[in-house]
Amino acid sequence: MKAHGIVHKYGDNVDTDVIIPARYLNSSDPKELAKKCMEDIDKEFVHRVKPGDIIVANKNFGCGSSREHAPIAIKASGISCVIAETFARIFYRNAINIGLPIIECEEAARDIDAGNEVEIDFDNGIITNLTKGKSYQGQSFPEFMQKIMKAEGLINYINEQQEAM
Amino acid sequence: MGMTMTQKILAAHANLPEVKAGQLIEANLDLVLANDITGPVAIHEVQRLKKKTVFDKDKIALVPDHFTPNKDIKSAEHCKCLREYAKDHDITNYFEVGEMGIEHALLPEKGLIVAGETCIGADSHTCTYGALGAFSTGVGSTDMGAGMITGKAWFKVPSAIKFVLTGKPKEWVSGKDVILHIIGRIGVDGALYKSMEFVGDGIKNLTMDDRFTIANMAIEAGAKNGIFPVDELTIAYMKEHSSKEYTIYEADEDAEYEQTITIDLSELEPTVAFPHLPENTKTVKEAGEVKIDQVVIGSCTNGRIGDLRIAAKVLEGRKVAKGMRAIVFPATQAIYLQAIEEGLIQIFIKAGCVVSTPTCGPCLGGHMGILAAGERAASTTNRNFVGRMGHVESEVYLCSPAVAAASAVTGKISEASELFS
Repeated sequence: MKAHGIVHKYGDNVDTDVIIPARYLNSSDPKELAKKCMEDIDKEFVHRVKPGDIIVANKNFGCGSSREHAPIAIKASGISCVIAETFARIFYRNAINIGLPIIECEEAARDIDAGNEVEIDFDNGIITNLTKGKSYQGQSFPEFMQKIMKAEGLINYINEQQEAM
Repeated sequence: MGMTMTQKILAAHANLPEVKAGQLIEANLDLVLANDITGPVAIHEVQRLKKKTVFDKDKIALVPDHFTPNKDIKSAEHCKCLREYAKDHDITNYFEVGEMGIEHALLPEKGLIVAGETCIGADSHTCTYGALGAFSTGVGSTDMGAGMITGKAWFKVPSAIKFVLTGKPKEWVSGKDVILHIIGRIGVDGALYKSMEFVGDGIKNLTMDDRFTIANMAIEAGAKNGIFPVDELTIAYMKEHSSKEYTIYEADEDAEYEQTITIDLSELEPTVAFPHLPENTKTVKEAGEVKIDQVVIGSCTNGRIGDLRIAAKVLEGRKVAKGMRAIVFPATQAIYLQAIEEGLIQIFIKAGCVVSTPTCGPCLGGHMGILAAGERAASTTNRNFVGRMGHVESEVYLCSPAVAAASAVTGKISEASELFS
């Protein structure tokens, strides 16, 4: 599995309140949430984002609330992967559970700039910056999480497990 | 190698003799929680599961508390979804408006969670119940939904930071000042993926309400959970509120901690977190002149009776500053009633505060106290991110009930002691 797109770059501690402000949480429709994605940190994001694009941020991405609406909004806006130095723990779980690819890589998070063209190979965790001609080794996921990701989320994984039983 | 308190609870719930930091386990759950924002997403997700029946109708709590009483039609639809699911699945612990409260004040008050149990909640402040010596942590809707059906959740066993609390806090210094001080020291990701384990002889000087406040904001340091040892005060609280059997776990003497931080509670000062991160802390003395338009006293962090008593002590016989909007939110109906019986609500209203039904409303910029551009709030809530309480150009200063109440009177960030000198 691979992701390939243009980078939208953010800094430290991008919180779930700026990813999807609570005033829009009276909806749980992914399409509606995507229209408001990143509104309080980057008003232009929704106009700029194209299917396949990649978000790169520094440490503690997705901190704050447990709202799954945050990774849902990102996924529904067409983002194919989020790269960060570190993720807040609930966001990390939520992204895996809903099938939004994420990857931790300090070097990539620091070196990649907005507008760079980047490719991610999830099988080996290698992130390639096509603009700068560089590559970075992202952290691989434990086998258990890879299984959830392969099933494209926790619900499908549980169904598969129950069928196997 | 010994285990931390958290690791012992997780091992017991995974039916394992021992667990180690970093190990992936599947643990049995004693309580699974969702609210009117996260619940509908979970309910939508579980429709895709082949198994539809819940694992235990007594071990699920559904609390419409965020946008309630229904703030608009969309919110009303979400609450309806939660209500109908609870009815269809005969969920014991669904709390309708009128009997509800803010989930993290309500669940301990109703005795639904006790020491030694494990709980996941689709709300980040689920870590509050660590005050009772339980393992509880926030998750998203899909985890919650899966937990509701299977009664299990996967966890990566956390490592821990040990906080040794010593001494006794000064007058007007409370649990909020303790946790703001800690977050200021270690940062909003200072405990990322980890447990925050509180120990030390200073804990006996912290009320249960103080401990709930401290555990509640463990997530603001990125922690998986915050947890307190069980003492006489905890046992008295559980006996008053619950008929459930509790189990006391203690960390092993040789448990491994990544870091040990000692805090002398007697040295702490009233503390405030400046916009836009809970780690931007200063003591009130260092804060300088910060004019305030709105004060919010309440939330899952500071809406308990002890918090209201402190605020009332400051506001009794005083008036809020001209032009100040002071909003008081008792966290549950029982707390609200007790505050009426103790005469606290009279004090608030005579001081010029407005008192609201329990709701998470203003804390997350939902309703009942939204800020306009350029406005500032001193708030006893838990987050001060950009746009958290309203307009992206508004500001939230996090503080204790004492500081919030004093600031309501003076119109700027102030210590309560200034009013009593």
